Amino acid sequence: MQPFHIDWPAFTPISALLGGLLIGLAAASFVLLNGRIAGISGVLGGLLRPRAGDIGWRAAFVAGLLLAPLLYWLLLGPLPVPHIEAGTGTLVAAGLLVGVGTRYGSGCTSGHGVCGLSRLSPRSLAATLAFMSAGFATVFVLRHLLG
Amino acid sequence: MLFILASLAAGLVFGLGLIVSGMSDPAKVLGFLDLAGAWDPSLALVMGGAIAVGLPAFAWAARRKTSLLGAPMQLPAARQVDRRLLGGSLLFGIGWGVAGFCPGPALVAMGMGEAGAVVFVLAMLAGMALFEGLERRRSAA
Repeated sequence: MQPFHIDWPAFTPISALLGGLLIGLAAASFVLLNGRIAGISGVLGGLLRPRAGDIGWRAAFVAGLLLAPLLYWLLLGPLPVPHIEAGTGTLVAAGLLVGVGTRYGSGCTSGHGVCGLSRLSPRSLAATLAFMSAGFATVFVLRHLLG
Repeated sequence: MLFILASLAAGLVFGLGLIVSGMSDPAKVLGFLDLAGAWDPSLALVMGGAIAVGLPAFAWAARRKTSLLGAPMQLPAARQVDRRLLGGSLLFGIGWGVAGFCPGPALVAMGMGEAGAVVFVLAMLAGMALFEGLERRRSAA
């Protein structure tokens, strides 16, 4: 293991900031227009216990996320290709943990991380610190202790 | 209808932001979570940019009873930091670190036609359904 160092070639400050501004714009317009938190695990979770009148906006938000690559392609050209290193079994385990965890913890990176921190919610700050720490620790164990 | 359109637009812009920022790529996310390797600080700027826009918007939203389209303003009222919040968030963080996917980027990568993202999203939905089932049993008991 090397001492702490920054991966300068991988660091993309401008696109990260621009993308972040777009994410903030989406969350801001969503709360101001629809009065709702743009928390993706919460939006999805509500689709699993459907109530009348509560389905359309959720399905539309999810459809927007699924169609975003098409919009990117139309506006900006070829899509960046995601690098998914995990195998099927690992993806299933990770998906289950994320599914159960985000519902028990009432949110994920969007609901607690973006919207909650923007609301200065102490609860979301605690949640964000918890999932960030767990993420750092998990990658450390998998890559540097076991890897 | 307007709510549905606003929702679709928010999803589209949110997803666009995830692709532009690089967060729809699990390898990029894992580069941020790997403090002991070559660390990629990009994700911190994604959060910073999003919160910079979110802060004034949510401050304004908190002072309103209804949204600009006339929907009730539904901001979470819960304040307590409890075992469910922390335990659930820890589980989520472990899953996030295992594959580099959280819910939004996984849906976006699924929209790109990535088979691995489809597997992850199906398992995530199964996990959410499992939670719903456990909750229902808990409230029935």
